[in-house]
Amino acid sequence: MAVNLKINNIDITVPEGTTVLEAARSINIDIPTLCYLKDVNEIGSCRMCVVEIKGQRALQAACVYPVSEGMEVLTNTKTVRDTRKINLELILSNHERKCLTCIRNQDCELQKLSTDLGVLDIRFDGENSHYEVDMLSSSIVRNPNKCILCRRCISVCKNIQTVSVIDANERGFNTIIGSAFNMPLVDTPCTNCGQCIVVCPVGALHEKDDTDKIWELLADNKKHVLVQTAPAVRVALGEEFGMPIGTRVTGKMVTALKLMGFDGVFDTDTAADFTIMEEGTEFLNRLKSGKNLPLITSCSPGWVKFCEHNFPDFLDNLSTAKSPHQMFGAIMKSYYAEKKGIDPADIAVISVMPCTAKKFESKREELAATGHPDVDAVITTRELGRMIKQAGIDFTKVEDSEFDAPFGEASGAGVIFGATGGVMEAALRTVADILTGEDLQHIDYTAVRGLDGIKEATVEIAGTKVHVAVASGLGNARKLLEKVRSGEQQYHFIEIMGCPGGCITGGGQPIVDAKTMMDIDVKAARAAAIYAEDKSMTYRKSHENPIVKKLYKEYFGKPCGHLSHNLLHTHYVKRENY
Amino acid sequence: MSATCSIPFNGTPEQEKKLNTVIEKYKDVSGSLISVLHEAQEIYGYLPIEVQKMVSEGINVPLAEIYGVVSFYSQFTIKPKGKYKVAVCLGTACYVKGAGEIIDRIKTRLGIEEGDCSADGKFSLDATRCIGACGLAPVVTVNDDVYGRLVPDDIDGILDKYTD
Ligand code: SF4
Ligand code: SF4
Ligand code: FES
Repeated sequence: MAVNLKINNIDITVPEGTTVLEAARSINIDIPTLCYLKDVNEIGSCRMCVVEIKGQRALQAACVYPVSEGMEVLTNTKTVRDTRKINLELILSNHERKCLTCIRNQDCELQKLSTDLGVLDIRFDGENSHYEVDMLSSSIVRNPNKCILCRRCISVCKNIQTVSVIDANERGFNTIIGSAFNMPLVDTPCTNCGQCIVVCPVGALHEKDDTDKIWELLADNKKHVLVQTAPAVRVALGEEFGMPIGTRVTGKMVTALKLMGFDGVFDTDTAADFTIMEEGTEFLNRLKSGKNLPLITSCSPGWVKFCEHNFPDFLDNLSTAKSPHQMFGAIMKSYYAEKKGIDPADIAVISVMPCTAKKFESKREELAATGHPDVDAVITTRELGRMIKQAGIDFTKVEDSEFDAPFGEASGAGVIFGATGGVMEAALRTVADILTGEDLQHIDYTAVRGLDGIKEATVEIAGTKVHVAVASGLGNARKLLEKVRSGEQQYHFIEIMGCPGGCITGGGQPIVDAKTMMDIDVKAARAAAIYAEDKSMTYRKSHENPIVKKLYKEYFGKPCGHLSHNLLHTHYVKRENY
Repeated sequence: MSATCSIPFNGTPEQEKKLNTVIEKYKDVSGSLISVLHEAQEIYGYLPIEVQKMVSEGINVPLAEIYGVVSFYSQFTIKPKGKYKVAVCLGTACYVKGAGEIIDRIKTRLGIEEGDCSADGKFSLDATRCIGACGLAPVVTVNDDVYGRLVPDDIDGILDKYTD
């Protein structure tokens, strides 16, 4: 049903159930918000968004107040402005205001509000909280001194990811967002997914910064430093330089990395093609033997850790194939090192990932096939953005260039790993060709595309009906696996990505502020860029990639063979919750 | 900020059995967390991580949420109480008459902070709100014994009575 109301004396009609905030935004009236984040946190606690509603004595929080017939709203009266400003000053009075040295400087919703509302002085300077910063996790840093208690991180961790390792502790002035017993995140079942970081409006949560380590490696003449970039990075990095969401900057990114001084700029998509060869073969083997089905993908380290904590009974279902960037590292320190005649100890492999959990993954002891860690350091898209700025590279103006040969050649199948459903589609492209023995032309498996949290499809390949499911976001993964566990659903193959939407909206991706989130479907924009990239590739299937063919011929012999077992596969462990 | 106590948890099988009965009772009742925690605290005397974990697994509520609730309400305690529970009233009347110095003296003598329990498990110390004995201010209680009109020098004599 439609509802008619007036906002600042402008007549408008909106659907029932719309909030005052949404109604105002639809006619370009800006109401400031802080705790509100569309679809994530709608709790009306910060009171930055207060408005006057005729007939109501108190000001109301627009973000949670539903419209009603005949309502008259004023968003810009003196009372409203003064109240918002006081509320903001109160929040600021207990905030560690070290903006100049904050990782979120100029990318902070609190800072922007302070400018927008004209706060030039804070009238309530009182006692400040002092808490220890939790820096023990290899992925996530929590600084409660900057926390403004908006609870977005709690909502995402609890309601969307269903990991629930952070909550509000204590009360009143002593309230602190933290884990049980305020223990460090490393001691909790935190999956390192980083979704809490991308929703935090301020600098209270951020990735463990590994950029210094990389500058050091680059400065070390003895080191041969290789870099690889995941598919999702190239469709988001531009945002760090003010480019529109969904801009593809593959060529510029490669140029920037070359200018930074890497000895080889390679593509994780190439490695994704190897993952498909291994995982696809593994799937065919399991399909034949009927053992350990459904096969569940293991590319997402946030998902893998979640599985180890919450679904240890499914560990045998996880693909033993390493995630692409780890495979890549292992190949660099074996095949590539031999070819180039470089001691693997002198090779450093850096991964640029849309993901904070990859930092944790790269430190797993078992991921050191050659006796050296497969990957030496992982930085996120955000960290790469910062490094490019530090290097004085004018990103928007640099020319395009190509990845270095031979590990720059990839297929479109490797590219779509970045979006939910992509690994499944990539695998199906290869599995279908193997099963039919043909070069199939119909390769767009649209049933597994799209942004639904859970997708199911039955695809017929060479007369076999294959039941597949795709989940993104850990809450959806939980839902799906509970159905499999109870026997309610049966599948042959399941793809799971830890972050809602897949890697394109990973925990290491550029931060999108709450206002933009209301206006733009970030997942859809970045996913569209991924599929456009796929379409533009010469090879669309992993097994067509020339370097893949060459390596299996010259080096590995065959997928899931002895050597690939040693270099390209791994195992998992059951983990306690606390 | 650390919430651990030096005294190791030593829950008995009987206590665990009781707790499991409570969990069974409330398992499928939504919004029952606070009731479960109350009963758990009655069983164990306090709510250390071990007990909170059992509750968490039992009623399928994340540990972080449970700890959030436990730390929010002052009636819950995550530290064990001593055999002798020393409580110092910090109500206005007692405070004005020097309860601050009394509690400081007790802290020094026992070597513990407010809310803690001594390493041998004998004494715990708490500050309380007005207990309604303002005529006797400042007041200290040890279990059910009440001591009033105190000066710091009385403390040693009082605590010496509790030796066993
Ligand atoms: S990284 Fe993910 S699992 Fe860990 S606290 Fe943040 S949202 Fe929760
Ligand atoms: S850590 Fe960030 S997201 Fe979480 S409550 Fe604090 S300010 Fe909000
Ligand atoms: S109360 Fe509306 S944005 Fe916080």
